[in-house]
Amino acid sequence: MNEMPAGSRRKFPIHIIVFLAPAVIIYTLFMIWPLLDSLRLSLYAPSPDGGVTFVGFQNYATLFNDPNYSERFWGALRNNVVFFIIHMAVQNPVGLLLASFLASRVTRFRTVFRTLIFTPTVLSVVLVGFIWRLILSPLWGISEGILAVIGIENQPWLGLPETALPTLSLVSVWQYVGIPMMLFLAALIAIPDEIIEAAQVDGATGWNVFWRIKLPLILPTVGIVGVLTFVGNFNAFDLIYTTQTALAGPNFATDLLATLFYRTFFGFQLQLGNPTMGATVAGVMFAIILAGVLVYLFGWQRRLLRNEVQL
Amino acid sequence: MKNVLLFAVLLLLALSVSGVGAQDQVTLVIESWRNDDLTAWEDVLIPAFEAAYPNINVEFAPTAPTEYNAALNTKLEGGTAGDLITCRPFDLSLALFQQGHLTSLNDLPGMENFGDVAKSAWITDDGSDVFCVPMASVIHGFLYNADVFAELGLSEPTTESEFYAVLDAIKADGNYAPLVMGTNDQWESATMGFQNIGPNYWMGEEGRLGLIAGTAKYNEGGFLAAFEALAKWQPYLPDGYQAQTYPDSQNMFSLGLGAIYPAGSWDISVFRSQADFELGAFPPPVPDGQETCYISDHTDIAMGMNAASAHSEEARLFLEWMTTPEFAQLYSNAIPGFFSLSNAAITLDDPLAQEFVDWRGTCESTIRSAYQILSRGTPNNETELWSYSAQLLNGALSAQEAADAIQAGLASWYEPQMGG
Repeated sequence: MNEMPAGSRRKFPIHIIVFLAPAVIIYTLFMIWPLLDSLRLSLYAPSPDGGVTFVGFQNYATLFNDPNYSERFWGALRNNVVFFIIHMAVQNPVGLLLASFLASRVTRFRTVFRTLIFTPTVLSVVLVGFIWRLILSPLWGISEGILAVIGIENQPWLGLPETALPTLSLVSVWQYVGIPMMLFLAALIAIPDEIIEAAQVDGATGWNVFWRIKLPLILPTVGIVGVLTFVGNFNAFDLIYTTQTALAGPNFATDLLATLFYRTFFGFQLQLGNPTMGATVAGVMFAIILAGVLVYLFGWQRRLLRNEVQL
Repeated sequence: MKNVLLFAVLLLLALSVSGVGAQDQVTLVIESWRNDDLTAWEDVLIPAFEAAYPNINVEFAPTAPTEYNAALNTKLEGGTAGDLITCRPFDLSLALFQQGHLTSLNDLPGMENFGDVAKSAWITDDGSDVFCVPMASVIHGFLYNADVFAELGLSEPTTESEFYAVLDAIKADGNYAPLVMGTNDQWESATMGFQNIGPNYWMGEEGRLGLIAGTAKYNEGGFLAAFEALAKWQPYLPDGYQAQTYPDSQNMFSLGLGAIYPAGSWDISVFRSQADFELGAFPPPVPDGQETCYISDHTDIAMGMNAASAHSEEARLFLEWMTTPEFAQLYSNAIPGFFSLSNAAITLDDPLAQEFVDWRGTCESTIRSAYQILSRGTPNNETELWSYSAQLLNGALSAQEAADAIQAGLASWYEPQMGG
């Protein structure tokens, strides 16, 4: 008789498994296992008999050192860093600026602006790429007339090695600026009015309120936006592919890690695909993104948590 | 009870009828990169085949050209590819055959209708196995807006100096882009530029086979001369050509904004349907004083059979039909600009297409230099040609620098070119 209550207390809480199972199974099946299998594949190389043989980390050495691969790899990495810096320097500050405008009580038509600015984010990248190709077309694009108004001479922006990558970065910024804006807006709205009113009573100007009260309070969101941008940028592929094809011209000036991966894994025109080298590129991309996320988790989020505890 | 029985009988009957239907009616799927040819296949070619073989349905399922190779490889690996595979020339299809994705067609009735040159792009290196039925080649040359030529009083150039005189005259007039081509997509620079005019400089097959044998080099002789000739195009290209794509060029020419269009014969059908001016064509101009002219008459397209096809007998019937003179005639006229590789005598309805094919009689034919063997290594020779030809036209490199870079890339892995 005494056994029953004790036994039911020790009984494994089965509902936890039930709740976790769908996510664990789906993520394991479609994310974790393919990821690990891809990493495994990067340790192999095609053998003459048509199969693959284990070569350890030789593929990575080839990717970093063999001029046939390393030139493209380091080029793609450099371009990807530029792509990321432009997003961090333009997309996120502009997103914050827009969010501040929308959060301030004076703005009318807040919903209209919010919707308009967010619209490009939900458009198909193919559509965005096509629209911008048309706008920037040296033959019949409207960029020439617009730029003439502000005194800038039109260039074949997507055709010159110096301008192609910054141009496409800005197109991507245009498309995705809605995401940081929405996140910042949500964080700004969540700040209690009393705090801001108290500051104003103490004589703080709008500028002071922003730098000393709002910004510190939305720092967790700044971190999240930063890491989302990082992950998104180092996976970016579709915009380059739709506007510049997988060859990421001119002269690989817009080549990102993902377009390099695509060309390596699937092949391009007469170049045959090389799945094991492709998996190697994917492995490096995974390592870079993992490193970035770890820096965020330990360097940013933990420190914020510690600060909060002190408060 | 009676109703139930009746229902059961009817159900059984319906099932058996549909069962018989499924057994008799077979659907074959064609994998292709030629989405431009969709209407020709659906309206002309497939109905002609289905009329002869009523129990076989054929479905033409093209992929975008730039994605075809990648998509096809993935589909073949995954076992979801169609029954009939459109074959790229040389190594891409050879690799598919060696991996066991394509079947040997040595004993296919009707293969005797094709000559050795036609079959050369889809045969093993030792010549023992043919694995695709040759369909067509494409010929390079120049299309021009005859109205513009008439307006400016110009005539078709035959030599290099005449060619530049014509270009200078159009440029001086200032109303039309002299040469309609962009470098954004890169392949036009190599395919419509370098491989179009090049054979005249490297003497066609002589130069191409020289590269394979290691006796000719990209950075000397005819090949260097071809790069130098291509570099001279730069001043005649439209404003902003660095960002001009292939569809941009097609639109620009068909809207009458340009005078001369470096063309592949496949462009004929596009301009036939879109341009409302008189079109003319001339072969690549020869260097001054050269007697023989050479054209790029590139074995471009063929059809093979998926080794994993569930309907191999029907697929073979289809391939057999593709070897017939009937198919050659239908195909060449349904898709002007793709010239059948069959030995059968065919007549073309399109005078412009006929003009292109007539060059076979007056000039020596060759194929693109990087397709056979030379694109097996890393760096890929064809991809390098695209990239460096585009940079050459963008003014980022001189002809010598571009040629040196391509030669160095080839010599880094291709043994006959090493040590030079």
